[in-house]
Amino acid sequence: MQYLLLIYHNEAEWAKLTQSQAEPIYTQYRALREDLQKRGKYVTGSQLRPTATATTVRVRNGKRLTTDGPFAETKEQLGGYFLVDAADLDEAIAIAVRIPAANEGSIEVRPLAVQGQAAPA
Amino acid sequence: MIDLDTFHREESGRILATLIGLLGDFDLAEESLQEAYANAIQQWPLEGTPRNPRAWMISTARHKAIDRLRRSRRLQEKSNELLRLSPAAVLPEDQMDDATFPDDRLRLIFTCCHPALDDDAQVALTLRTICGMTTEEVSRAFLVPVATMAQRLVRAKRKIREAGIPYREPSQEELCERLDEVLLVLYLIFNEGYLASSGDALVRWELCAEAIRLARLLCELLPGQPEARALLGLLLLHDSRRLARVSPEGELVLLEEQDRARWDHDEIREGVASTEAALREGAVGIYALQAAIAAVHANAKTAEETDWKQIVGLYDVLLRLHPSPVVEANRAVAVAMARSLEEGLALLDEIEARNLLEDFHLLSAARADLLRRLGRTSEALEAYRRALTLATNDVERRFLRRRIAQLSG
Repeated sequence: MQYLLLIYHNEAEWAKLTQSQAEPIYTQYRALREDLQKRGKYVTGSQLRPTATATTVRVRNGKRLTTDGPFAETKEQLGGYFLVDAADLDEAIAIAVRIPAANEGSIEVRPLAVQGQAAPA
Repeated sequence: MIDLDTFHREESGRILATLIGLLGDFDLAEESLQEAYANAIQQWPLEGTPRNPRAWMISTARHKAIDRLRRSRRLQEKSNELLRLSPAAVLPEDQMDDATFPDDRLRLIFTCCHPALDDDAQVALTLRTICGMTTEEVSRAFLVPVATMAQRLVRAKRKIREAGIPYREPSQEELCERLDEVLLVLYLIFNEGYLASSGDALVRWELCAEAIRLARLLCELLPGQPEARALLGLLLLHDSRRLARVSPEGELVLLEEQDRARWDHDEIREGVASTEAALREGAVGIYALQAAIAAVHANAKTAEETDWKQIVGLYDVLLRLHPSPVVEANRAVAVAMARSLEEGLALLDEIEARNLLEDFHLLSAARADLLRRLGRTSEALEAYRRALTLATNDVERRFLRRRIAQLSG
């Protein structure tokens, strides 16, 4: 099964880190990715640019509404994601706890809807 | 001919656990077991009870499941799983024995108590599947409409299926953390029956009995786990006071005033033995210490003979290992009984001053009780009235009103 691991963190705090503070964390992310790749668990993943770069788009009555910023203001912001292959939820959780941001922020673990299986209404 | 209701009560959890393992689907397992059960009601009285009723039920339900899958054309997607079934599943019934289908209940328990499900769902699913209670029974026990409970169960099963919650026993390293979840579910089930006094009293006592049954089962399935044994001890010791705890009029009777002859002494013996075994095996968790405290109470022939010094010592350990305002308040009451009422009262006042338990009616009730014993009547009345505004349970409220009436009169 594939699981999307959504990484939420406080991006204001993250932005305060100096390069020498951020570097070891990036190293941890790289190590995690390489380990997942080696075990065939890694599908894809990326860090996201901060929410200041986000744009929200809606279409209402055929009219396009484009606004600055993310859809909702929250304490923690989506900062990146991993897409992984895991046998079951326990394995996905075991990967999620290894994501460095789990120590300050939180990881939302979402199974992908299986192809051919109807998405919930 | 065996009694089918008793059989269902005792065996349905284990049968369902095996079927879920074989079929990989909670709903399909439940539905096909129901059909097999309906067949048994018709056939067994006429043809006699099968040599191995459990194996008969499993294999009949499995055939029903295959029929169902054929009808709904889900067979195609399920056929691989069904072909992978162990050869045991295709043995003729008369060659089946207890070893044909291993006990899968531990897997089922860990799936039902998975931390990815919310607490309410864990409790409901455990009672529904492992204890074999009907959705109606579970909803009555928790005082929620049947439709709400049905919805809760449907959502939990859907999450198990769609989020990929595994149907397996946790690995040795996961076991401790996951066992805590399971023990908490059993504790919640017991407390729901023990503390809540509203609703259908009979159904509620059944919850206590089910929690004890599950704790026994857990000890049997995981013999090397002292914390599970400690929980069993705690539940038995609490349950032993069940009859003495409520008067014939349905009023709450405090531990001090209970008729100890009405305690269940068989349960006390088993509870104390279980607690002692757990402590010997190194249990130091919150259940073990609470059980040890309950055992001290159980060993006192009269309220006056209670070894309060030992209880204070146990609360000291509990507070060090698992600090909480509730434990502090309980310790303060023990100090009042072991040393002096004033000392206990001072501790309660200090907890109140720190605002840790601001809206906690038990703190006010405990203060009121110590003030009453000290003869400080007007302060006691004030504290009882405060407790009354905070208490939500009807039996407790009636108790507080009686105390107020006694002191005012």
